[in-house]
Amino acid sequence: MTLAALFFYLFAGVAVASAFMVIASRNPVHSVLFLILTFVNASGLFILIGAEFLAMILIVVYVGAVAVLFLFVVMMLDVDFVELRQGFLQYLPVGVLVGLVFLAELVLVLGSWTFGEGVTGAVLTTTSDVSNTVQIGRVLYTEYVMFFQMAGLVLLVAMIGAIVLTLRHRENVKRQSIPAQNARNKAAAIDIVKVPSGKGL
Amino acid sequence: MTETSWLDTLIQVAIILAQSLGLLVGLLIVVAYVLLADRKIWAAVQLRRGPNVVGPFGLFQSFADLIKFVLKEPVIPDGSNKGVFLLAPFITCLLALSAWAVVPLADGWVVADINVGVLYIFAISSLSIYGIIMGGWASNSKYPFLSALRAAAQMVSYEVSIGFVIVTVLMCAGSLNLSAIVEAQNGPYGMFQWYWLPLFPMFVIFFISALAETNRPPFDLGEAESELVAGFMVEYGSTPYMMFMLGEYVAIMTMCALTAILFMGGWLPPFPIAPFTWVPGIIWFLIKVLLVFFMFAMVKAMVPRYRYDQLMRLGWKVFLPISLFMVVLVASVLHFSGMAPGAGS
Repeated sequence: MTLAALFFYLFAGVAVASAFMVIASRNPVHSVLFLILTFVNASGLFILIGAEFLAMILIVVYVGAVAVLFLFVVMMLDVDFVELRQGFLQYLPVGVLVGLVFLAELVLVLGSWTFGEGVTGAVLTTTSDVSNTVQIGRVLYTEYVMFFQMAGLVLLVAMIGAIVLTLRHRENVKRQSIPAQNARNKAAAIDIVKVPSGKGL
Repeated sequence: MTETSWLDTLIQVAIILAQSLGLLVGLLIVVAYVLLADRKIWAAVQLRRGPNVVGPFGLFQSFADLIKFVLKEPVIPDGSNKGVFLLAPFITCLLALSAWAVVPLADGWVVADINVGVLYIFAISSLSIYGIIMGGWASNSKYPFLSALRAAAQMVSYEVSIGFVIVTVLMCAGSLNLSAIVEAQNGPYGMFQWYWLPLFPMFVIFFISALAETNRPPFDLGEAESELVAGFMVEYGSTPYMMFMLGEYVAIMTMCALTAILFMGGWLPPFPIAPFTWVPGIIWFLIKVLLVFFMFAMVKAMVPRYRYDQLMRLGWKVFLPISLFMVVLVASVLHFSGMAPGAGS
């Protein structure tokens, strides 16, 4: 029990500290790396409450895919970071205001938040012998199949939208045609010529 | 909290530490010889002798290399981002080693027998991109940066098909626990009941994707020496370089172990009859892992390097549709034939 508490404070402390460093560090690449550290610690917290499936999914999806793309983009940016940081104090009041409003909203929502009618009975304790992966699977594809499908649909639309926005067919670009490349054989590709000595071609 | 429970916790922690230490030492010794085997196999295919000077048949070559790496001076480029530059090899090495915590070496021989073992290894291998990206970026040099971009794009691409391959295996085994997956392959028909036979296309896809995921030839675009000198490792030397190298080989061993567990029945003997069952499970597991590694080494020696666009095409246009279709096919077959594990409950 004490070990769990120790790990909780470790994960929570590092998560909060690195979340602060995300906005405090001068180099945006360092910011992204601290963001990743925050994600990893959050997944550690998930493991502590016995939600190991969510923890692993958090790592695979957010750290393994989303944050890689973040890092990609940030690494390739060529902006003057010193200049970017100039107006930091100037925007601080607005930022603090937004943060306070958000915090107040969170408190309001969480203060009055209860489980819905059908859910209260469905909540399974972490001590039950069914692993939480199975538990999630049982409700995700039965009770919440509609939400699951709709989330998938939203992602599909977003994906198609991204492809439509970025796909450009430029003129005068030589493209590889894999079937044409594979269809080439020895007879079509090379021409063996007997060169008479001293004459050339 | 009483005094005894404190002691219990301490003893538990000590046992876990001892197990981890034992596993790491064993793993590192195996990796040292696997590295030598890789060079020897490569040499044999090219009709060379390979390393044969240090010790009998060059058996101590890896240890000589280790001492050489450690004793050399580490050079940190002036323009590099020093913290990230030194962190990158550590992360690569640490992540590669930590994946072994959930690998079952034999029946019950596993440090952490967690419910989501496969997902854990998948997550760890998806994290190993960071070592490469960080190393490439922090070097503040053009070749490493290009290499980091290439390697990251490649690993993200092939992770997708690896994920789908794992999903098909999970559907057949009905568990995310690696030991349970091995047990699900246990049966009277021995090796013909392991998943390599019923899921043969997925076995092939997994093997090729594992090559790409670990940046092994023919997919070593990240360190294509004819184009990028040494890729993201250009600016590294001595101990940091060794850690990259170590991390890479440990990751390769992880992939070999995962192949052995998912498709070749882990510690199970090839036939469940007398002379085979006498051999302890760890030996079978080791034989399978080394067999897969032999295939890795032969591919490295024989197949020419892919072009980058061919690599991307193979990942996205060939493997992804095939593995996605196989997920649907396997799920349908399991559902309609009633063979799905846990269908009754």
